[in-house]
Amino acid sequence: MRLFKVFLSSFITLILVYALSRSWGDAIPMALGHFVSPQHGFWQNAEPYDHDFGEKLIVDGVKGKVDIFLDERLVPHVFAENDEDLYFTQGYLHARFRLFQMDLQTRAAAGRASEIAGPKAITYDREQRRLGMVYAAENALKMIENDPLSLQIFNAYTNGINAYIRSLKPSDWPLEYKLLNAEPEEWNNLRSALLLKMMAKMLAGGTENDLGYTRAKAIFNADELNILYPQVPDSLHPIIPKGTPFAPPGITPVAPGTADSLYFNNKTLSALEESYPADHRNGSNNWVVAGSKTASGGPILCNDPHLELSLPSIWYEIQLSAPSSNTYGVSLPGVPFVIIGFNNDVAWGVTNAQRDVKDYFTIRFRDETKKEYWYNNEWQPTELKLERINIKGQEPVYDTVAYTVFGPVMFDRSFQNAASGEQNLAVKWIAHAPSNEGLAFYHLNRARNYADYEKAISLYDCPGQNFIFASRSGDIAIWQQGKFPARWEGQGVYVMPGQDDTYDWQGFIPQKENPHSLNPSQGFLQSANQRPVDKSYPYFIPGSYITARGTAISEKLDKMQNIRTDDMKQLLYDYHNVEARYVRPVLLQHIKTDELDDNEKKHLTAFRNWDLNATPESTGQTIYQCWVDTLNKVIFADEMQQSFPSAPMPRLETMIELLIKDSTSHFYDQMHTPTVETRADAITNAFKRACVRLNTAEKEGVLEWAKFKKPTIYHLLKEAVPALAHENLHVGGYNNTINAMTKSHGPSWRMIVELGKETEAYGVYPAGQNGNPGSRFYDDFIETWERGDLYRLWFMKSTSDKTDSRVKWTMQLQP
Amino acid sequence: MKFVLSIILNAVLVYLGGLLLPWWSLVPIIFLISAILNQNNIASFLSGFLAIFCLWAGMAWIIDQQNHQILSQRIANLLPLQGNSFLLILITGLIGGIVAGLASLSGSLLRSHKTAPDNYYNK
Repeated sequence: MRLFKVFLSSFITLILVYALSRSWGDAIPMALGHFVSPQHGFWQNAEPYDHDFGEKLIVDGVKGKVDIFLDERLVPHVFAENDEDLYFTQGYLHARFRLFQMDLQTRAAAGRASEIAGPKAITYDREQRRLGMVYAAENALKMIENDPLSLQIFNAYTNGINAYIRSLKPSDWPLEYKLLNAEPEEWNNLRSALLLKMMAKMLAGGTENDLGYTRAKAIFNADELNILYPQVPDSLHPIIPKGTPFAPPGITPVAPGTADSLYFNNKTLSALEESYPADHRNGSNNWVVAGSKTASGGPILCNDPHLELSLPSIWYEIQLSAPSSNTYGVSLPGVPFVIIGFNNDVAWGVTNAQRDVKDYFTIRFRDETKKEYWYNNEWQPTELKLERINIKGQEPVYDTVAYTVFGPVMFDRSFQNAASGEQNLAVKWIAHAPSNEGLAFYHLNRARNYADYEKAISLYDCPGQNFIFASRSGDIAIWQQGKFPARWEGQGVYVMPGQDDTYDWQGFIPQKENPHSLNPSQGFLQSANQRPVDKSYPYFIPGSYITARGTAISEKLDKMQNIRTDDMKQLLYDYHNVEARYVRPVLLQHIKTDELDDNEKKHLTAFRNWDLNATPESTGQTIYQCWVDTLNKVIFADEMQQSFPSAPMPRLETMIELLIKDSTSHFYDQMHTPTVETRADAITNAFKRACVRLNTAEKEGVLEWAKFKKPTIYHLLKEAVPALAHENLHVGGYNNTINAMTKSHGPSWRMIVELGKETEAYGVYPAGQNGNPGSRFYDDFIETWERGDLYRLWFMKSTSDKTDSRVKWTMQLQP
Repeated sequence: MKFVLSIILNAVLVYLGGLLLPWWSLVPIIFLISAILNQNNIASFLSGFLAIFCLWAGMAWIIDQQNHQILSQRIANLLPLQGNSFLLILITGLIGGIVAGLASLSGSLLRSHKTAPDNYYNK
């Protein structure tokens, strides 16, 4: 009997230990025993408030001594004796403060999210692999390995990350591993390449809508398509000032003879769609003003890339100094170098080019084995790649992807939407082509003048960016840089026939012909994701352009003189809504006020009296946005739903131009009603429908814009960990204002650099330097960012500044 | 006296074990201590429970104070405990304590089994 009791008691103990040592699905993903153990679990991540970050470390892999001075915001100022040690240290610091982020993002890029997230991520992983993300990264890795300088730096960077990972005990692992019951994985150069391809997908993976436009082509004629998806908007303030002459084209692509019959008039409907498309709202602002317009006489450069905001941030602030260079700015954890920043002589920033660099081609396989496809009048072999997807808590699944001359066949029988029939589509994407973007940043970090900058960025291919530039010597410039296919008019807007090479790209726009401007007479340059050039540019350049912010910035800069950094601070935070200014007169003129009830009239009055600023408190912005969003649906949804899934909705700016210039468009009519609706009917109907939502909002006390929009910065694991997010921020703006904050998307890094006698630089991003949610440095910048303030950035000239009171801790790495 | 001694031994040895070994190392450690010290079952359970409850809750409390409750409030919202750090510390102590108590009880039951024949002869 006693023996039985011993066994029973021991058995219960062991069962309990087992239950506390494993994950229980999405609700309790952590192993609870380990998780709550104060010596092992999350308590170990609770960083003491006055934690001393200073330490001397003997590290395998550094060649000389490296000093890291951490300032009061935990920004490291790294001083190394050579470049290899410099990037080794950057890798070490990225891992020290952002390990989980780097690990998660590169696994997701490679289509390995299921390893952490479980079976719900299988479709995501398959799509990543079918898009050829790993293939693209492998091609980039070859370029790195073929260039001795690049290889040396990427190796040093990787070694720095791994030196940190190897120093960790499981109790030291970042909190998220403990939450998810997962383990960190060692770094390699391929993962750095994968991170760059993640950026490529984010910024140049959703700038086309070939699949959607192909559906639209099946239901609309050419004139209608031009109205719905115009190439050059009327209100465009292009990046390259109007009137700038362009060189005659170095390449003139020719449309194939069959273009009309097989392409433009091909009404085949395709229901294919990406399940996880890149966010097309990604955008950014940058601008630079020449010394002639500033109070100090030195140029001022500003940049605020708009991305999905997250905790931790996509950016990590750092100063990198070695005998050959001294650079300050933000870096991407997972990649060496400073991406946006300045050095002693120059400053630079980036916005997204928004150009279409991804096309689809139809593929005819010989049979279901996908081993051969029809190309140039014969059966050609495909290259089959077997993809194994490991899944947390489950057996792996396998997928086979066929590679053709165009690229991977993304959609085929085994991967497509239910309604799509038997279409196979190969994807051709600039990001697949071998390139070495890192090298461009290496040289840009060391640029001393315009010529250095021009040479550095010429090495840069994808994702296409607007590199804005200023030098202490007084030059201001911008280049829209990237590798862009030279297209014949209309090429690649829709899915193209892939049975031969007729529809393939015929070449690339020569790098020297990329849109650029140096020291224009207007004294400033700006870019905000708009079409880079007006109609006089000699190439067909489709893309996913955004017009409003560029207009707002141009208007302001044009009028400004004697500019100081404080003026720039205000401009970065500006809420003026240009689109609303354009369209309000039309809305107010045509709305049928006699059809409105008292409540609706009240909203209309508030809108009429609105100062056109999308401030957090404004109710006018809420009314405006609800109205135009509804109006877009009222005007276009019926036509778009003629295909399934629907054709892409026209952009708001397109609708606004239509409302202003076309009083009788047939799109105003509701297709399914016997009566013929007019512009005034559409405007009125939309307003009445919007008012239903506005009344609810008013009852709930959330009619003010910030309360209505509920701006939120999520942790990388999103809704799974709401407790790690920051919700209900007091921030106005929208994607059509300079301060472009939507719900969770907005200015991810604001920077102002004045290159006067002394460099005066400011910056802020909405998170903190330490990715650990248990650190006071996890989110300490958010408040400053929220109220539109920026930190003065401290650019250390040399190690002799180390006695400055701003140095709070000193780390040292030694061999 | 034995009771106090076993609590102190449990806490100290489990703490030292935890520096190097996984969290569940407390089970064999406490099992052995309990088997050696030979207390009655209730005292044994309580000495294991109280030792590790105090050790874990105490360590958690000290860490939490130094951290100004930044992380405990986030975790207590996540778990979900309405952001109550005190509850989180309590649960931390309870989980450790219950496992330890059971391990201790198992150890003492083993010892009781071995000593049974002695008791029989002493009668």
